[in-house]
Amino acid sequence: MTRGTPLGRVRGLGSARSGTEHFWRQRLTALANIPLTIAFVLLAMTMLGRNHAAVVQILGSPLVAIVMLLFLVSVTYHMKIGMQVIIEDYVHGDGAKYALLIGNIFFCVAVGLTGVYAILKLSFGV
Amino acid sequence: MAEAETSDRKRNRPLSPHLGIYRPTLTMMMSIVHRATGAGLYFGTPLVAWWLLAAAGGPNGYAKFQGFIGSIFGRVILFGYTWSIIHHLLGGVRHLVWDTGRGFGPAEREWLAAANLFGSVVLTALLWILGYMTMGGQR
Repeated sequence: MTRGTPLGRVRGLGSARSGTEHFWRQRLTALANIPLTIAFVLLAMTMLGRNHAAVVQILGSPLVAIVMLLFLVSVTYHMKIGMQVIIEDYVHGDGAKYALLIGNIFFCVAVGLTGVYAILKLSFGV
Repeated sequence: MAEAETSDRKRNRPLSPHLGIYRPTLTMMMSIVHRATGAGLYFGTPLVAWWLLAAAGGPNGYAKFQGFIGSIFGRVILFGYTWSIIHHLLGGVRHLVWDTGRGFGPAEREWLAAANLFGSVVLTALLWILGYMTMGGQR
């Protein structure tokens, strides 16, 4: 890799000005998602058949709540990155592309924060 | 005339080969399915947010969620969601293996693809059998 200016090479960010950050974060959240998703599936399985009071108690307990919070943050971040790649691959018109890229971020943040809010509400018992 | 020539040239210009050109292979299908399950999970995650919000809201709202997820439609969605999670999870592990530079050989990549598919089907079936066994009488 000898292309580009010396300063550009030192920064190592390339034409998109973000370097390998996108790739790295996708892998980082992917790695985090492995144990978190397994924990989520097992937790959901133990809760789905139970009544409301039992579910509230389980979701509000510290360890479960922390695992769920980590799961929500890591998964919605991974969702944002993944859907961005899909949009960039298939949508080429500037208007539609930017609308979808923005909508993607709004969607992931809204879904993530809704879940986080619910877990915190259950944890603090309000 | 010039315009017609331009559009004709545009129509006939060579395109890079795309999906329709290639003979379908297992690794290709698994790549497509990995992306498709990712997109499916993207639109399935609001259900998780609904579940948590309903639990935080109260018994009435939670009963509505349980009614939905317990219905035939809800169970089909949940089954698809389960399989997508497992498939995307195993596919993700496959990608992480590739990131280390391993698993690209002709035999390895076929084996990994087959294991991904087989594993996702078997694990999903196991989870649902376990699910029905442990919560069968409660609904």
